[in-house]
Order: sequence, then structure tokens, then C-alpha cells
Amino acid sequence: MKILVGYKRVVDYNVRIQVKPDGSGVVTEGVKLSANPFDDIALEEALRLRDKGIATEVVVATLGPADCQAHLRNGLAMGANRAIHVVTDQAVQPLTAARALLKLVEKEQPQIVLLGKQAIDDDANQTGQMLATLWGRPQATFAGKVEVNGDHATVVREVDAGLETLEVQLPAVITTDLRLNEPRFIKLPDIMKAKSKPLETIAFADLGVEAGDHLKTSHYAPPAKRSKGVMVKDVAELVSALKAKGLV
Amino acid sequence: MSKFLIVAEHLGGKLNSSTARCVSCAQAIAGAEIHVAVLSDAPEAVAAEAARIAGVAKVITVANAANAHPVAQVLAPQVAKLAAGYSHVFGPSTTFGKDLMPCVAALLGVAQVSDIMAVEGPHVFKRPIYAGNAIITVEAPSSMAVVGTVRTASWPAAGNGGAAAVEAASVDAALPSHTRFVSLQQGKSDRPDLQGASKVVSGGRALGSADAFKIIYSLADKMGAAVGASRAAVDAGYVPNELQVGQTGKIIAPELYVAIGISGAIQHLTGIKDAGTIVAINKDAEAPIFEIADFGLVGDLFQIVPELEQSL
Ligand SMILES: Cc1cc2nc3c(=O)[nH]c(=O)nc-3n(C[C@H](O)[C@H](O)[C@H](O)COP(=O)(O)OP(=O)(O)OC[C@H]3O[C@@H](n4cnc5c(N)ncnc54)[C@H](O)[C@@H]3O)c2cc1C
Ligand SMILES: Nc1ncnc2c1ncn2[C@@H]1O[C@H](COP(=O)(O)O)[C@@H](O)[C@H]1O
Repeated sequence: MKILVGYKRVVDYNVRIQVKPDGSGVVTEGVKLSANPFDDIALEEALRLRDKGIATEVVVATLGPADCQAHLRNGLAMGANRAIHVVTDQAVQPLTAARALLKLVEKEQPQIVLLGKQAIDDDANQTGQMLATLWGRPQATFAGKVEVNGDHATVVREVDAGLETLEVQLPAVITTDLRLNEPRFIKLPDIMKAKSKPLETIAFADLGVEAGDHLKTSHYAPPAKRSKGVMVKDVAELVSALKAKGLV
Repeated sequence: MSKFLIVAEHLGGKLNSSTARCVSCAQAIAGAEIHVAVLSDAPEAVAAEAARIAGVAKVITVANAANAHPVAQVLAPQVAKLAAGYSHVFGPSTTFGKDLMPCVAALLGVAQVSDIMAVEGPHVFKRPIYAGNAIITVEAPSSMAVVGTVRTASWPAAGNGGAAAVEAASVDAALPSHTRFVSLQQGKSDRPDLQGASKVVSGGRALGSADAFKIIYSLADKMGAAVGASRAAVDAGYVPNELQVGQTGKIIAPELYVAIGISGAIQHLTGIKDAGTIVAINKDAEAPIFEIADFGLVGDLFQIVPELEQSL
């Protein structure tokens, strides 16, 4: 069984995002870029399914600019067998990402597509659901546990009410939540090995997917600031402050 | 004129308050006509609740045994069919809406506007990106329906007092059978619901164990508050996942939020920025949580929390 993993490169989660003063975007020059944390979890899950003998091949895919190669090599160093780089200089919105991933799915015929539940740059939380819909296959989003048995997967989903279990027939799309697993660290020898693993590049235009922004972003603003409050010296002072506001 | 279809969220025959929050978001567009769709195996009770929300003009029910559980790929084709004639199709930005609405958008061939926090016009919205560290203004094409999810913490629940007509609809859509709902393991609690509560008491990694976390529950009960937690506390297994507050957990806007033994990572803060009053209790005076707290108290939580509970 083949698993396709969506592996997006984003601004590292530790970076404090700054909005440009003219509101034209956020500062991305010179900031650290990393794999979307949820995609690292997706890759880790795919590798574990391979370790268990359930999957035979793990393919990581990125839609992004030419300099995403190093990022894909990281995915290969973590353990993926192959990488596919769909090269585009444009920011890819979820509907376009889903349409492009569908093209890769048609070509690769994976039994499972593992994506992150959300990319931590756009925080859209859409691509997996859209891909499953366009593909006409099941989705199990926000996965906290995945078990694959023959032609189906049982997925425990982290939902607002608690934990929901779904059984989906394969092929299917699964999107990862934070507690699915803890991604492994990349070891130095694996970085060397990754250099010789296959990395295929495809020009976005050659996929035959209509490009173009669906949503136009006209302005970026920093969030409203909360004014700094006061420090209280003890519980008594805290309680009287809250009482004064009618909160307790 | 804008015509809204809002997909109702419900569980166990009860309407979730997220639906009334979507209604107030829709009302931000002047003159909008608002309909609510209830898809269920037995929609009557939920539909009656939805019909009482002020501002709702019509409730549309779709009764089908296949709708007994909210399986996105089963609901989406039905919602997409119902969407004909509507300018906007909205759902809440809860796990229910996040799961479902992108499927509806994909079927309609349109982009989705996620986490709408403000409405600037029928096609122009504000939404957060980068864990709320930037707010963008986005414009959806006016030639197509707008599919969106409503950031529930940004909108008050529309009140009651409505008396909308309830209409049963039959939808002719092929429903897939590739997905089987197995179970829902719900946290059983008499406490207020985290997303709707006016007061929330949250604990972090500092609690150290599930057993020690009991002091948070105890304080919350004294205050009539819901209980929340940081990701670290959930990951460590002190509390179940549905209590996580933050970028990837629940985004909440209670009147009072008390953060106990939580450092204040950006991913956590993004979940509480809209709270009325934030109280932070932390032994580290430099903890980032104090930068956004209205009242900060430096000290050992194991001493402070019992003392606080006593003084209430
Ligand atoms: C993609 C991604 C998504 C994330 N999403 C979320 C999310 O949705 N929600 C979330 O919360 N986090 C999220 N995180 C994690 C986040 O970055 C932090 O790791 C997490 O919030 C830390 O939890 P904490 O504050 O409980 O723990 P810590 O950061 O370890 O803080 C513990 C605090 O307790 C204090 N303390 C210790 N002992 C005591 C004592 N006896 N008395 C008083 N104070 C004490 C310490 O001074 C410290 O400030 C996410 C991370 C990533 C990468
Ligand atoms: N440009 C991209 N390249 C690779 N994977 C992507 C890309 N965009 C989205 N994805 C996948 O879709 C998931 C959800 O993204 P989003 O819908 O943007 O929040 C991500 O975690 C990735 O797994």
C-alpha cells in the first residue's frame, strides 16, 4: 500500500509573526521555515504504518516555490521513500491545493492520503476535506488514532464533544491532530541518505489545474492589542478586584 | 439581497449555541434573509429550537436515517443541494463545521472563508491567520456563493423570540456508504460547556498530574465555571482532549478566564484573546501570560488555588 503525505513548508511555529507596517503582508524574509507541524505528524504516522508492514511506500508532496527542495529532503531524511515537488511561486489556496493533490492522487493511486488538519500559516483547515470531496472518497479529519485493517481504517477523531470513532473504506483521506504521535528526529546519516532518494519535480502549470486566487487578501493587520493589566499582590486583592467587576 | 443558509450544529437532539452565533454573524449584513438547515434522523426538536432564534426567517429540515450522526461526506451533498439560490452558506468554526463546510465548498467549486471574525460587506470578511497574529481582510468572488465558517468566539449568540416557519425538505442526493460512524465517547460533565461558558478556569502543565488537576475542577465548581486546559496538560493526559484551549483546540470568549500554571504560548493565547477579563496565576513573573492578563498574581498555584477557592 502506498501513502501520500501532504508536506507543506510554513513559517516555523516559534517565529513571532510581524505584520508589515503598510499592511501588505507579514514579514517572511529571513524567518525560519519548517515543515507544518501537523504534516510532520502525518509523515510520522505514514512511516509507522510502513514500519508495521502495512504500507510499502511513503511519498511526500509539496506545492511550493523552487527553494522547497531542502524541505522535501528533510521529509526524505525522516524516512519517506520519494518526494514530489509541484513547483509554483504563487501562494496556494486550499481549493487549488486540493485540486493539485487530486492530480497526484490520480497519478500515484495511494490507498491513504495523510494531511495535516491545518497549515499553521493560513490556518484554513480545508484542504483534506476538499480533496476527499473532489476524489469522492471518505475523510477522517482531526485524527488522534489510526488503525488500518485490510481495506478499511478505524480512526479516532478529536472533536469538540470528545472522541469520535469512524470506520472508513480505503482509499481515504486522513488529517492529523496533535496527539496522533510524536514525530521522530532526523538523524545525521539519514540526511546523507536522503540526498540520493528520488525527488520528482512537476511544474504547477503541467498539472492541468486552474490556478488563480479564489479569495483576494486586501489587507493585513496586527491583532487588536489587549492592554497590559495590573499585578495583584495576593489572593485577597485578586478577589476584591474581581468582585469590583462583578465577576465573582 | 443576501440570502443565508446556516447549517445547524446539534448533538443528542439539542441545538448547539454555535448556530445562534452564526445567525448574528449573518445579521451583520444588512437586510440578510436567514434560513437554518437541520439535517438529522429526527430533526423536529432541534428545528423547533432553531425556529426560536431571533432573526431566523425559515428552518429547513432534512430527515434521513443517514443523518443520525454528522458524517461530513454524507451531509455535504445534501447541503450542496440545499444551497441552490443562497448567496451565503455558513456553518460554525467548530469541529463539526470545520469538517463539513470545506466539503460543501468543494462541491460548489468555491473557496471557503474560514473563521470569519468580522463582516465588512457581503463578500468581504476579516479572519485570523498565523495563530491570530495577523488579521486579514479577504474578498470572496461575488459571482459565486460564499461558503464560510464563523469564528464562534467573535459573535454573541442571537437571542430567542423568533417564530420561524419550519419546512421539511427532501433532498435528492446520492449519499456515500463508505463511512461508518462507530461511536462517540463524550466527556460526561455537569459543568458548563467550555465554548459557551461565561467563566472558564484553565490549568496547564504545572499541575503535574491528573490527580493534582482536581484542584482546578474544584475551583471551577465553586465559581460555576467551565474547565479548560493548555495543550501540554492535555498531551500529558491530565484532562481529556476536548478541554484544550487555543489555536488548535477551542477558541473561547468567556467574560472571565483564569489561567493557572499556563505559560502563555502564542498558540494558547490565540484561544483566549477575546475573553473579557483574564486572570493569570503563575510562579514565574516573566511568564508571557502576564503580558495579556488583566490581573496577574505571581506565586505557587498549589498554595494560591485552595486559598482562592476558600475566599470565594
Ligand atoms: C502547531 C501547534 C499548535 C499548538 N496548539 C496549542 C493549543 O491549541 N493550545 C495550547 O495551549 N497550546 C498549543 N500548543 C502548544 C504551545 O506551544 C505550548 O507548548 C503550550 O501551550 C504550553 O502549555 P503550558 O503553558 O501548560 O506549559 P508550559 O509552557 O510548560 O508552562 C507551564 C507554566 O507553569 C508555571 N508553573 C510551574 N509550576 C508552577 C506552580 N507550582 N505554580 C504556578 N505556576 C507554575 C511555569 O512558570 C510555566 O509558566 C501548540 C503548539 C504547536 C506547535
Ligand atoms: N502547498 C501545500 N503543499 C503540501 N501540502 C499542502 C499544501 N497546502 C495544504 N497542504 C496540506 O493540507 C493540510 C491542510 O492545509 P490548510 O487547508 O491550508 O489548513 C496541510 O497540513 C497539508 O498537509
